[in-house]
Amino acid sequence: MKKLFLSVIFMYLGILASFSQSSPKSDSAYKSRKLTFEEANLVSSYYRQDGNNAATTGGTGSEKLTDFSNTIDVKFSLYDRHFRKHSLTGEIGIDHYTSASSDKIDPSTLSSASHADTRIYPSVGWTMENTDKGTTIGGGISFSNEFDYKSFGANLSFSKKTNNRNGEFSAKIQAYLDKVSLIYPIELRTNTGGGRGDDGNDYGSSNRNSYSAALAWSQIINDKFQVLLEAEAIYQKGYLGLPFHRVYFTDNTVHVENLPSTRMKIPLGIRANYFIGDKLILRSWYRNYHDDWGINSNTAQLETVWKITPFVSVTPFYRFYQQSGADYFAPYRVHTGPDEFYTSNYDLSKFTSHFYGAGFRIAPPQGVFNIQHLNSLELRYGHYQRTTGLNSDIISLNLKFR
Amino acid sequence: MNTYKLPVTRIHLMAALGSLLLLFASSCKTVKEYQKNKLNDAEMNLSSRKIEKTEQNFQSYREGASGANGGKTGGGCGCN
Repeated sequence: MKKLFLSVIFMYLGILASFSQSSPKSDSAYKSRKLTFEEANLVSSYYRQDGNNAATTGGTGSEKLTDFSNTIDVKFSLYDRHFRKHSLTGEIGIDHYTSASSDKIDPSTLSSASHADTRIYPSVGWTMENTDKGTTIGGGISFSNEFDYKSFGANLSFSKKTNNRNGEFSAKIQAYLDKVSLIYPIELRTNTGGGRGDDGNDYGSSNRNSYSAALAWSQIINDKFQVLLEAEAIYQKGYLGLPFHRVYFTDNTVHVENLPSTRMKIPLGIRANYFIGDKLILRSWYRNYHDDWGINSNTAQLETVWKITPFVSVTPFYRFYQQSGADYFAPYRVHTGPDEFYTSNYDLSKFTSHFYGAGFRIAPPQGVFNIQHLNSLELRYGHYQRTTGLNSDIISLNLKFR
Repeated sequence: MNTYKLPVTRIHLMAALGSLLLLFASSCKTVKEYQKNKLNDAEMNLSSRKIEKTEQNFQSYREGASGANGGKTGGGCGCN
């Protein structure tokens, strides 16, 4: 943990040092064919949660978890000889989490290997924008690795602006090819697999693939108001449960969570942003979601950006979320033998949640703390309450360099 | 006394969104580049903020629904 914290500090200092010499101002009319730095973002978050319905212990027990997450992204651009703008982005993220329930996969150990883990997730992306035609095409690949889970991702995107540049259609397809290590609860491991050998390395694994296609339309309504409509279809196939989630039946026998091997999700979203007067911006978002596991949900979020000065703003926000439970969910010792699929994971239960907090952003023209290339600093805190009793807090920091 | 609940189906929702789109489309007026001062404000961006990334991650793990917010829809785990 100390190593991770130090490496994050060094990454911050590294970015600052790389901008310590100012570059000559570029002429906006001149389109450089050299690779030009556009911006870099550092986002750090600390998340903690607590509750009493851990899936690892069959819907009972501590859900205490902390997560320290850091991502750095860098964007460069250049113009080709046809004056098309190429943007290249690179990102790397590192999360370190500790989880009380993961430690119960094998409760005989005082502190098992699973009580804490680090996830590393790099990605790269490219887009090419033709400003004359109003089109942009792009693609990207990503990778994520943690102790019991690996993921490879790829995406392709296309967008086209209307002739008057007031509307834009966009389409994106994504695929994630994941591998789940089959680490079962200690009492359900067999000698032939799914368990841990003396060397700790003989886990089996299963695939989980996710494919999605998203279509969106954004439209400027007037000089203060714009909206975006988005529809997405997501199809998942493979091992969609987690092998260390216990389920206790009415007869007190213990089983590993068993969920269908496919899942189809259809979310529809609308986003609308409105600039009121000179100091207030209303940012709103609504999503309706449906899947074939029986979950229907509604999410609504409202943020009010209050610009205290042109360079300082405060953003209180509230998010409401409601979902029906999955057909396969039942609490501790409610499932029975005839059930084909079963889980006691409360993330799939019926509940309502509220998430609220505020953000603070400064972006002075001379740079934050007079550091010329530190373009903006944003701090945001949120508190999350779920009707199942789960509570969490998150605090995030975003530093933007230009 | 029996109460009647209006069933909100996907078709109703699509119709409502479609009507909203038509309403927006009919009230649209062309905004020139030089008139986009407010629309180009960083806070008017029609996507979630970078600082919301971890929030969206934990919400996608702690809730059954995901997607339609410009974020990723798979990959990684963090699902403890």
